[in-house]
Amino acid sequence: MPKLTIDGIEVEVPPGTTVLQACQRAGVEVPHFCYHERLQIAGNCRMCLVEQEKAPKPIASCAMPAADNMVIHTDSEKAKKARKGVMEFLLINHPLDCPICDQGGECDLQDQAMAYGFDRGRFEENKRAVKDKDFGPLVKTSMNRCIHCTRCVRFATEIAGVEELGATGRGESMEIGTYVQKALTSELSGNIIDLCPVGALTSKPYAFVARPWELRKTESVDALDAVGSSIRVDARGAAVLRILPRLNEDVNEEWISDKTRFAVDGLGHRRLDRPYVRVGGKLAPASWGDAFNAIAEGFGKLPGGKIAALAGDLVDVEAMLALKELMLSLGSANIDCRQDGAKLDPASRASYLFNTTIAGIEEADVCLLIGTDPRWEAPLVNARLRKRYLRGGFKIAAIGPTLDLTFPVVQLGLGPEVLDDLAGANHSWGDVLKGAKKPMLILGMGALARADGAQILAAARRLAESTGMVRDDWNGFNVLHTAAARVGGLDIGFVPGPGGRDRDAILAGCESGEIGAVYLLGADEIDMSRLGRAFVVYQGHHGDAGAKRADVVLPGAAYTEKDGLYVNTEGRVQAARRAGFPPGEAREDWAILRALSDVLGHKLPYDSLRELRQRLMSAYPSFAEIDGIVAASWGAFGVEGAMEPVPFIYPIADFYLTDPISRASPTMAQCSAVYWAARNTPAKTGTNG
Amino acid sequence: MLRDEDRIFTNLYGEHDWHLPGALARGDWDGTKEFILKGRDWIVEQVKSSGLRGRGGAGFPTGLKWSFMPKQSDRPTYLVVNADESEPGTCKDRDIIRFDPQKLIEGCLLASVGMGAGACYIYIRGEFYNEARHLQTAIEEAYAAGLVGKNACGSGYDFEIYLHRGAGAYICGEETALLESLEGRKGQPRLKPPFPAGVGLYGCPTTVNNVESIAVVGTILRRGAAWFAGIGRPKNEGTKVFCLSGHVNTPCNVEEAMGIPLRELIEKHGGGVRGGWDNLLGVIPGGSSVPVIPRSICDTVLMDFDALRDVKSGLGTAAVIVMDKSTDIIKAIARLAKFYKHESCGQCTPCREGTGWMWRVMERMVKGNATVGEIDMLLEVSFEIEGHTICALGDAAAWPIQGLIRHFRPEMEQRIKQYRDVAPRVAAE
Repeated sequence: MPKLTIDGIEVEVPPGTTVLQACQRAGVEVPHFCYHERLQIAGNCRMCLVEQEKAPKPIASCAMPAADNMVIHTDSEKAKKARKGVMEFLLINHPLDCPICDQGGECDLQDQAMAYGFDRGRFEENKRAVKDKDFGPLVKTSMNRCIHCTRCVRFATEIAGVEELGATGRGESMEIGTYVQKALTSELSGNIIDLCPVGALTSKPYAFVARPWELRKTESVDALDAVGSSIRVDARGAAVLRILPRLNEDVNEEWISDKTRFAVDGLGHRRLDRPYVRVGGKLAPASWGDAFNAIAEGFGKLPGGKIAALAGDLVDVEAMLALKELMLSLGSANIDCRQDGAKLDPASRASYLFNTTIAGIEEADVCLLIGTDPRWEAPLVNARLRKRYLRGGFKIAAIGPTLDLTFPVVQLGLGPEVLDDLAGANHSWGDVLKGAKKPMLILGMGALARADGAQILAAARRLAESTGMVRDDWNGFNVLHTAAARVGGLDIGFVPGPGGRDRDAILAGCESGEIGAVYLLGADEIDMSRLGRAFVVYQGHHGDAGAKRADVVLPGAAYTEKDGLYVNTEGRVQAARRAGFPPGEAREDWAILRALSDVLGHKLPYDSLRELRQRLMSAYPSFAEIDGIVAASWGAFGVEGAMEPVPFIYPIADFYLTDPISRASPTMAQCSAVYWAARNTPAKTGTNG
Repeated sequence: MLRDEDRIFTNLYGEHDWHLPGALARGDWDGTKEFILKGRDWIVEQVKSSGLRGRGGAGFPTGLKWSFMPKQSDRPTYLVVNADESEPGTCKDRDIIRFDPQKLIEGCLLASVGMGAGACYIYIRGEFYNEARHLQTAIEEAYAAGLVGKNACGSGYDFEIYLHRGAGAYICGEETALLESLEGRKGQPRLKPPFPAGVGLYGCPTTVNNVESIAVVGTILRRGAAWFAGIGRPKNEGTKVFCLSGHVNTPCNVEEAMGIPLRELIEKHGGGVRGGWDNLLGVIPGGSSVPVIPRSICDTVLMDFDALRDVKSGLGTAAVIVMDKSTDIIKAIARLAKFYKHESCGQCTPCREGTGWMWRVMERMVKGNATVGEIDMLLEVSFEIEGHTICALGDAAAWPIQGLIRHFRPEMEQRIKQYRDVAPRVAAE
C-alpha cells in the first residue's frame, strides 16, 4: 500500500491508484476534463497537473501511479501556474457563447474557468472555427466548443463498442468526428452528452428547451425495459423535459440507453387525458362517473368466470395488486401479467429472475445466451457483458439467429434442439460450460414466449443443473425480461388462479365468446383482433392499440407521474417517484381501481398508497427491501417434454418503438427511421456497383 | 580534429559500393558472431563504458537504456530503430541508410542481442523512398548471406528484422508515437510511465534507438569501448555526424569528434560562413528544436551535449543551421513556429492550442505589428507550454522562441518601433 503526502495530508492508497485518485481520497480537489473513472486514461487535457517534489516537471496526476513517499503539492505556485496556463489554452479557442449554450449552468469548463482561470483573455488572434458534425437525431454538435478531451471517443470505443468516433487532423486542426459523416449507431450514444465536459455534444431533442436551474429534479427509475436503470427526471411545470442517468453501480453504473433517455417526449404526445366511452362505435369523451357506470354495466352482469384481466409492460406493482384483488373479489381467476405469452413459471421465483444479478456478470467466465438479444432487450445488461468481455477470459455463445452484440459471440445453433445437444456428451461447448468456474446462461423471451416455452424452460434448468451453474455460492441461471412490470406481476401472483385462464386461454375465450369482458391494464402488445366481441376496458396513459380497441378508456398515469414500485429483471424492488402530475383528468392507476371498485360494489380496503403498500409488503415480504435483492431459492420448474426445432425469434421488433411511450415519441420515430430502417437495408460499398 | 582512421562512417559520401560486398570490404560484419557469443551482458557493458549517448537528440546513455530491458521476459521483446528523421536541418540518418546500411543492420543485430530482443523494426520516414529501397535491399542481402534471420551469423541467435515506412508525420519520430504508428494507429505519443522498456510495442518490452546510435555499435565493439571513449570530452565521448547547413560555403554532413569547437567545425568542414565569420548572425546548433545562439557564443562554444546545455541551447541532432547577417531572424523563427504548429499532433492542450497561438503572434512580430508587451506575453506563453505536455514537442516548439527572445529581443523591439513609425504614415496617405 503506497503512502504519499498530498498538500501535507498523508494518505495510504491501494496499489494501482493514480495520484488524482489519491488526491480525491485525501479530500483534495484536482480539476480535470479528460479523466473519467470509467474510461481509459487519456491524460490529454493537462488540467490535472500537480507538482511532485523532486520531479523536474509538473505531472499529470490522472495518469501517474501513486508511489511510496511521493510528496504532491496541488496548490503550490508551480501547480497553480501550470493549471492557469492550461486553462488559458483551453479558453483561447473556446467560443464565448455560454449565454446560448445548452451546457450553460452545468458546464465543467465554465465552473473550472471560474475557479482556476484568468479574469481576462490575452488572445488577440481569430478563434478557430470548426464545422459541426451530424451525429444523427439524438446528439447535437457544436464543434467550436470542443476541447478535444476524447471522452466521447473513448466511450464509443470502450463502453458502447462501436468504433465510430475518432479524431481526424493534427494539431489545432484536429476534429472529433466519424470521418465519413454518419449517425452514431449505438443504443448508448446519449451518454456522450453527459460525458462531454463542455457544450460540444448536447441533446438534440432538448436543444434550447430549458436551463438546468429551472428544472425540478426527481430521482426515479426507468420503466421502459426490465433493467430498471436509475434515472433523474427533470421537469418544469407539468412537462418532463429530460431524463438523465443516476449512479447505481449494481444496475446501470452511470449509463442509460437512448430509449430511456430520449423517449421522454412521448410523454407529451397521444396522451389519454380524460375518460372515454364507446358510443355508437365511436369513443366519446365521458366523465369518470359515466365511464365507471359503463364498466359496471359491462362487467356487472357477467359471472366471474367470464371476465378477465391482462396487465401490460409499464404497470406499477401497486396497480397490479389492486386489479388482482378487484378481480378476485369479482370472482375471476382469469388474470395474467404475461401479455407476450411467455411460459414463465410463477411458482418458483428463481425460475424467472436474473439470479446472477447484473453486477454479478462481472464474475462469470462463460455465458450462454438462449433466444435473447441483450443489446436490444436490455442495453445495459449488454454493456455489462461487454465490460466483462473486455477484461478478458470470458467466453460467450448464443443459441438463436445471428447477433451483433459489440463483442464476439459463438453461434451454436438456431433453436432449442441445441439445448439437448449441449446436455449430451459430445458437444464442445457442453465441455466449456462444465469446465467453467462460474458459468451463466441468459434465457430470453425469444425462447420462452412460444408454445414450447415451458419445455425450453425445463431444458434450460436441466442444463444449468448439469453444468454446475447452480451452487450455494453462485447461481448462473438467468431470465432476461423485456418489460418493467413483469417480475413485479409474477411476484404478486398476477397470474391465473386455480382454474383460471392464462393469456392464451383468455384470448381464446374472447374469440369463442366464453369471456365476455376484459380489463386491460396498460396492455397494448396483444393481438387486439383476438379480443372478439368482448367488452374491453383499457386503463392506461397513451392512446395506443389498447385504447383503440377499448369500449371504455380510463386515463392513467405514466411512470414519471406516479409513485410506484417496479421490480427489475434481477428481482430488485425499486421505487419510481412522481416527477409531475398526469395530464387533464388522468389519475394514478391504483386510485382509479380503488374508485372503480367502489362503483362495482367491491370496495378495495385501502384509501391511500401507503395503506396499499403496507398490504403489499405484509402479503409479499420481498417488497419491503427497496433497492435490495432477496436471493431466490432453487426448485424444480418448467415442464418436461419435446421441443419444436424451430428457430428462436427475438422479441424486440424495433428497439425504438417497444411500448406506448416510445411509440408516441417523435424522437424515437426518427431513430427508428434512421437506425432500424438502416439495419434492414445492407449498406452499399463503393465496390458493389 | 578527428583522424581519418577514427571515422566510423567511411562511406558517408557514397563514394564506395553500398551493397554488402562493399560493406564487408569496409570491415562491417567482421567478428559479429564472436561478439554475439560473448553474450548480452558483455555487449551492454561495452556500450556503457564507451560512453555512447543517444544520437536522436536527448543524449540519454545508450547502454544504460538497454540495461532497462527485462533480463527475463515471457513476452517477446523488441528493438525499434527510429529512422523517422524529420528534424529540420538534420540529414545524417538518411546518408547512413543510403550509403552504409549494413552498419545499421549489424548494429540492430548486436543491440538486439544486448537487450535480448528477437526482432527489430526499423521505422523509416515515409519521404525517404530511395533510402527505404536501399535499406530493404541491404536487409535482403544480409538475409541471403545468413547474417540475420534464423541462426544469425552462425551464432545460433534467431533474429528477424523488418522495415516499416511511415507516412510523413514529424511527431512519429517521438518514440511512443512511433510505436503507436507502427501498431497501425494514429501517431500520438503515449503517456509515460509506463515506459517502452516495460510496455512498448504491442505491449511488450521495447527499446527505441536512433539510427546513428545503433549504427556505431558494431565499430565500438570491434575497436573497443576505450577507443570510442577516448574521443571527445568526458561524458560527451565519441564521434558524431554533424549536418552543416544554411549560410556556409560548403554545406555537408561530416563525422567529427564530439566537443569540436563550433567555429572550427564551420570553418574546416563548411568552408566558413558566407561572407566570413564576422558576417555570422547566429547558429541553431542542434536542429530546429534547440534555441538559437548568437555570434558571441558561437565564437567559443564546443559542440557537445553539456557545453551547449551550459549556454542554454542543446546538441539535439547536431544539425548546425548557420545564419548570416542577411537573415531575418524573426522570420526564420516564425517559420519554425509554423512548422511546430503544423506538426503538433493535437492530443494535449498546451501544444495543440499554444503552438498555433505562438505562430500567429510570431507572424505579427515579423511585421512588427505588435506591442513590446506582447514579447513578454509570448515568452510567458512559451513557458506555459514547456514542460506541460505529454511529449517533448511542446518543449521543442517553445525553445526556438525562447532563444529568439533571449538573444534577439532588441531586433524585435526595433521591428515593432519601425512598424509603428511607418503605420500611421501609411494610414495617413
